[in-house]
Amino acid sequence: MTLLALVLVMFAAAGPASLPDVEDEVMCVECGTALNISQSAVADQERAYIRREIARGRDKQQIKAGLVREYGPGVLALPDDGGFNLAVYLVPGVLALLAAGALALAARRWRRGGREPAAEDPGPQLAAADERRLDAELAAFDR
Amino acid sequence: MRFGSIAVIACLAALVGLLAYGVASKQTDTSIDQAVASGKRIDAPLATLPVLGRSGSASLADYRGKVVVMNFWASWCKPCIEELPLLERTQRVIAGRGGTVLGVNYKDVSTDALAFVHRFGLTYPSLRDRDGRLADRYASRAFPETFVIDRRGRIAARRRGPVDQRWLDATLPRLLAEHA
Repeated sequence: MTLLALVLVMFAAAGPASLPDVEDEVMCVECGTALNISQSAVADQERAYIRREIARGRDKQQIKAGLVREYGPGVLALPDDGGFNLAVYLVPGVLALLAAGALALAARRWRRGGREPAAEDPGPQLAAADERRLDAELAAFDR
Repeated sequence: MRFGSIAVIACLAALVGLLAYGVASKQTDTSIDQAVASGKRIDAPLATLPVLGRSGSASLADYRGKVVVMNFWASWCKPCIEELPLLERTQRVIAGRGGTVLGVNYKDVSTDALAFVHRFGLTYPSLRDRDGRLADRYASRAFPETFVIDRRGRIAARRRGPVDQRWLDATLPRLLAEHA
């Protein structure tokens, strides 16, 4: 069964592509949005190019390589790792590190809080005279 | 203040700085328009790009000494296509007078672009700005756009939108009359 699934996946990967399959992995080069939601003249041209390549029996990787030849690497939905685009890769990592640090700090505080309970509140203090009177009255009850 | 708090504030400041840089870097550069409007000529940005329909590459720098009518166009841009015959007529007029039209084909499928080159019998060359980097340096935002470069490689005029005969007549003769 697993082998059959593997063969099907391999066949699907190597077989001819479909327009929706390619569209969601490339960008409209002029609009800056994914091609599958873009409505512009250049997006129409990109779709026409993809349809032509599908008709020629190209698979998805070949079509994407062709798009890069025509429009440059910016046509791929995955941005390149140069200049400001580097932030796309760095910022999530930095945020994940920050979140992990905050979690570790919170966990440490929580554990420390569990081991060292806060000192009990002694409540309002009695004056010495009142304390003596209270002791005497309690002693009277004990008799 | 504890080290943890300082680190969190520093990281937040860095993220805000990154966001500000991202927004600032997307601002439109108006230096070319300002220079042209004030009559100043600034050096035209250069880039070596593949030649459409031929092997090899070329640059605006290769045309130093000529007046260059540099036209950004794309086959998917209807106004760009409509002005191609006028640009070809211009090429035929200025080619013998030390000028040339130079197309810069912007974010286009090369076979689609070449179909228009053949359809209109364009005799002037076009470079392929496939990812739009050269257009970015000219702060291009509405195609077609045309820049006239003088014999010393400086931007002497620009037109953001389609050109017409009147604009070309008002711009080219004085530049063609200049010496390098």
